[in-house]
Amino acid sequence: MKTTREKLLSLAFFLIALSTLSALAVITLFIFIEGVPVIGKVGFFNFIFGMKWAPSLGYFGIFPMIVGTVLVTLGAAVIGVPVALACSIFLTEFAPKRVRTLVRPAIQLLAGIPSVVYGFWGLTFIVPLIRTYLGGPGLSILAGSIILAIMILPTIISISEVSLLSLPSLYKQGSLALGATHWQTIHSVLIPAAKSGIMAAIILGIGRAIGETMAVIMVLGNAVAMPGSILDPARTLTTNIGIEMGYASGDHQQALFATGIVLLVIIMILNSAAQYIVRKR
Amino acid sequence: MEHRVSNQKTKQKACRIVKIGLALLLAGLLSACGEKKEAALIVAGSTSVQPFAEALAEHYMVLHQEIEVDVQGGGSSAGVMSAKTNTADIGMSSRSLKEDELSLWHVEIARDGLAVIVNPKNNVTDLTLQQVRDIYSGTISNWSQLGGKDAKIHIIAREEGSGTRSAFESLVMDKQEISPRAIVQDSNGTVRQLVADDPNAIGFVSLGLVDVTVIALKLDGVAATRENVLNKTYNLSRPFIFITGKEPVGETKKFIDFVLSEEGKKILNDEGLVTFDTGGSQ
Repeated sequence: MKTTREKLLSLAFFLIALSTLSALAVITLFIFIEGVPVIGKVGFFNFIFGMKWAPSLGYFGIFPMIVGTVLVTLGAAVIGVPVALACSIFLTEFAPKRVRTLVRPAIQLLAGIPSVVYGFWGLTFIVPLIRTYLGGPGLSILAGSIILAIMILPTIISISEVSLLSLPSLYKQGSLALGATHWQTIHSVLIPAAKSGIMAAIILGIGRAIGETMAVIMVLGNAVAMPGSILDPARTLTTNIGIEMGYASGDHQQALFATGIVLLVIIMILNSAAQYIVRKR
Repeated sequence: MEHRVSNQKTKQKACRIVKIGLALLLAGLLSACGEKKEAALIVAGSTSVQPFAEALAEHYMVLHQEIEVDVQGGGSSAGVMSAKTNTADIGMSSRSLKEDELSLWHVEIARDGLAVIVNPKNNVTDLTLQQVRDIYSGTISNWSQLGGKDAKIHIIAREEGSGTRSAFESLVMDKQEISPRAIVQDSNGTVRQLVADDPNAIGFVSLGLVDVTVIALKLDGVAATRENVLNKTYNLSRPFIFITGKEPVGETKKFIDFVLSEEGKKILNDEGLVTFDTGGSQ
């Protein structure tokens, strides 16, 4: 009696678990069905490496947006990663318990702020600063990078903190016993030992940055031309979909789905890289 | 090990979110099937008119619970066609009717003016249509070329597919392309906000949305005002037209009468359009 009930229960849970997977499958399938025809029509090479995006005139080249995505994300990593790492090292190695119990939830709170609020803050605070002190329209790759750097902090901090905390305490004790200072222990024992976890944290953070849409639409300027400097406006793959989906129809709409395919592939590669690095350990 | 634990946790969380989403979706679908209205009125056509027609339909449906007004897009030509073939009760167009279309019953419900706006700090306040075109095509790139100070012009445009953008393209650009270097924003509000913040910016918005934070440029010496739109001396405007296959009767007529009534005009005015003092002009 009990075993049938248990079996039924486990079957039910299996089916529910399957439903989340099927959501992934349905979404992926849908994006591909909608997006692949237009890639075929325009030509794979013309789509990925085309320099001109003007859907009403029949031009569907997303290369400037791929470049925009890469630049904005790299910028976010350059600004955000050192800060995040310093923060996680501080939390695990230096912070008194009281400070830690205060800072950790505060960082979690950072993850809970809606992206539109980040965008709005960026638009009213960061953008005018850049316009006034560095020139250009203010809406720029730099503004996008700064906003994204803040947004990826919680992801990177919490995962690299966990990987630092999970190190056996023997490592630290051994290093200190051998005469290494606290700082020497951190940079030549603890960080190398937690390397894979930290790498995974960075990659997941970058994945988050690439996928972000709302905040970036508001501060990036969304120009379709290839950006010439970090003070130029640019467009990313996500913002291309976000800004044009409202009225798009026909080939234009399909081209936006095709943009989604490219995005999906990039994110899949990043996530599998993170998984691989963690497993390898 | 701990990564995996935290990983699983986030997966579980994602799981839950997806499930809640599905539940909400189902609930939405079910409730949508709930009510049945007695009669349905289909309004289809220009995506520029669509949001205004939706606002009108919303108010109308509050007053007349028994009727469902269904507003669809498709574009001006599709709007004219659907009125002609009676696939829609009312067609919407945001361009003037062509000669062979004038035989259809039609009424201009309002005009949409387009204002070219700059920052109040900008001392350039009067441009020719040709100069605006040159700015947006990228030929003119510095305010000093227009008598202003020596600063790069930051051009702001709307996104591809937007009705305001296509209106600007047909009224100003004369088949030339808007420069790809233009900053793109997806609403009238954000364009106005950016121009209000940036002394070197230029943008275009619906006339009704011009306020004290920005300056609407004179074009060829004509100020961008409601009066000048109505007497047709200000050229950047387009008609919003309702079209029916034949003289409207019954529910169709009642809806059009509502649109042309003081109440309908007030809604359109509040949404930023220019309406006629005498109701519609046939």
